[in-house]
Amino acid sequence: MDVRVQEAPFDFAAEADRFAAARTDLGAIVTFTGVVRDLPDDPLQVMEIEHYPGMTEKAITAIATEAQDRWSLGDVLVIHRHGRLHPGDRIMMVATAARHRADAFAAAEFLMDYLKSRAPFWKKEISDGGAGWVAAKDEDEAALDRW
Amino acid sequence: MQIMYFAWVRERIGLPREEIETQAATVAELVTELRAREDRYDVAFSDLSALRVALDQELADFDAPLAGVREVAFFPPMTGG
Repeated sequence: MDVRVQEAPFDFAAEADRFAAARTDLGAIVTFTGVVRDLPDDPLQVMEIEHYPGMTEKAITAIATEAQDRWSLGDVLVIHRHGRLHPGDRIMMVATAARHRADAFAAAEFLMDYLKSRAPFWKKEISDGGAGWVAAKDEDEAALDRW
Repeated sequence: MQIMYFAWVRERIGLPREEIETQAATVAELVTELRAREDRYDVAFSDLSALRVALDQELADFDAPLAGVREVAFFPPMTGG
């Protein structure tokens, strides 16, 4: 398991390559990356991501451990950035490796659902029109019920 | 006890953390104490359904006991991913 919380950008392709190359006995690698999205009517200048140092790493590790308990996974990678990001920047990535794809897909979705609502990050969008904290959505909380 | 605030809770209260002395037995009692201090606290804690709390970096409920807790953090629902 590899959990990284960092301000610096990461190289998605290089991380995915390294992750996939590490275990030749695993036939399925699923990767997901989240990108800062522009606002349709009010161009986004900056997205500021605040987090809770210490708790963030613990919470992500607990979520990844839960994923490993539920599915047969060879390995898990989570990278999540904080600080000032711009439209098009990659915010985070997860990668899961398993013998078969069903486990890798399910675990990646589980990780994403829980990272959204249970990892202590908060996003603030700053545009010409002003600044505002991104509100959590009811559907994000509801998404946890399926697990 | 170390109290931490994040996101708009931090902005409304105007500071990221503070050390306080409290006899509060539960999170809810601590919130009542804080609200009585000043308007900015009262406003920040006016709707508990919009807030989450962590005790020593683990999510908890507002009726959770504070015995032995060193760090309490208040923040809005998380928006990671």
